[in-house]
Amino acid sequence: MCGIVGLFLKDKSLEPQLGALLSEMLVTMTDRGPDSAGIAIYGAGAKGQGKITVQSAAAEEDFKGLDAELGRKIGAKVSATIKSTHAVLDVPADKIGEARAAIAELRPNVRIMGAGEAIEIYKEVGLPIEVVQRFDVTKMSGSHGIGHTRMATESAVTTLGAHPFSTGPDQCLVHNGSLSNHNNLRRELIRDGMRFETENDTEVAAAYLSSKIAHGQNLGEALESSLNDLDGFFTFVVGTKNGFGVVRDPISCKPAVMAETDQYVAFGSEYRALANLPGIEEARVWEPEPSTVYFWEH
Amino acid sequence: MHSTNLATAPLHEVNYAPKVFDLSKNTLREFNQALHEVKDATGEPNWEVLNPKGSHAVAVGAEHPISIDVQGSVGYYCGGMNQNATITVHGSAGPGVGENMMSGTIVVKGDASQYAGATGRGGLLVIEGNASSRCGISMKGINIVVRGNIGHMSAFMAQSGNLVVLGDAGDALGDSIYEARLFVRGSVKSLGADCIKKEMRPEHIAILKDLLDRAGISDVKPEEFTRYGSARTLYNFNIDNADAY
Repeated sequence: MCGIVGLFLKDKSLEPQLGALLSEMLVTMTDRGPDSAGIAIYGAGAKGQGKITVQSAAAEEDFKGLDAELGRKIGAKVSATIKSTHAVLDVPADKIGEARAAIAELRPNVRIMGAGEAIEIYKEVGLPIEVVQRFDVTKMSGSHGIGHTRMATESAVTTLGAHPFSTGPDQCLVHNGSLSNHNNLRRELIRDGMRFETENDTEVAAAYLSSKIAHGQNLGEALESSLNDLDGFFTFVVGTKNGFGVVRDPISCKPAVMAETDQYVAFGSEYRALANLPGIEEARVWEPEPSTVYFWEH
Repeated sequence: MHSTNLATAPLHEVNYAPKVFDLSKNTLREFNQALHEVKDATGEPNWEVLNPKGSHAVAVGAEHPISIDVQGSVGYYCGGMNQNATITVHGSAGPGVGENMMSGTIVVKGDASQYAGATGRGGLLVIEGNASSRCGISMKGINIVVRGNIGHMSAFMAQSGNLVVLGDAGDALGDSIYEARLFVRGSVKSLGADCIKKEMRPEHIAILKDLLDRAGISDVKPEEFTRYGSARTLYNFNIDNADAY
């Protein structure tokens, strides 16, 4: 199993509630996967500013003084917001690449969960409620977000094996299912210059899409390509800086329900996840078709 | 003193007001347990479920000819294993609605997710919206009437019973079908292995007319449907196929 939720807001007045709505949706899906949970939230910061979400098992030690050291190293102002095992580092957007390299040098044990102008990623081993509370997700605002609760089948239950996976700027992907050709694809993507942190099949799917986007495809085209190149079971929900996409494999045995109103587009592995959203009674509720790419953009 | 005079025996009370379970207050287990404790339909024939909010296994295992109205959408396996009861879902149903139902009636006012009526042995399942993939998979005697469309791989390995679709069918309809009858009024995207178009004889028109009547559908005619069923070429091993294994 595994549970996926996603919420893409059309109505800006709901943005302060994004974290709370998404948290409730994710917690509702707890019994689809108790191993680990994660959430990606998109909220644009100040113009020209970027964010890097980092994680460490020894957070206190690793995050101490990291902002100042990183700032000196890249010659820019860096500020850190620490939440439990994660920290979001605010850096100038044009220095993200430089900052990533500097973090690897300054703190080799710190892992980069994601980076971009809008994305923040929080994921850990544990139940959705624990993860949501640990990172204060209910208080977060944003324009769109994706959550996942994992029942591991393909690789170890670790922080890095939790979803969402982010393999490109402001990109993330969550997955319900299992891929059968991920080892081959991983080798091809490594030859293409992609780097991998885990043995996880979903990371390969995320890297596949990032690679297609890096080669000039838009997200919609990359998702279309995935239908030809990925073998296995998948319902994917993906996020970009401005967009939100859904695709299911041709067999589509992994469940998916969507709802759309004037205020939002929502995704849930089950209707239960959508049942408490505002205006759900009047929403258009449907099941995404197999082999069909759905995509919304701000 | 024990009386043998029936005239003085207490009258059996029938409570026609529905017995209500509000799933925002009662647990699902309380409701299903109460359902399983019903001994016959004479005491409380009408039941109502409020706030299902996509709950799984709502009204599974009913045995008696009672009427259950579910006010809202349900999750997995609603009305599974139903016998005799009439269950109406005033909303949409998640995967496996009416799975393995034996008899009775289930009506879904909205859409149904994948494998509606899977392995059903009897009774009538009516879906007033669309049903998604694998509708009627491995059906074994159930009758399913879908007012809208059905998804891919519907009636896969269907063994007996009737699947009636007023709209269109997706890919691979009736793959590896046995003796179930499939009636589709709209288009069929593709037929599965060993499923073929068949002629509509008077007995099929009669079956269809009866099922449409029972599903409360009066705006279409049985003659508008096409029948599909098994070509029966997969029933026995064919030596020419040996290379395929």
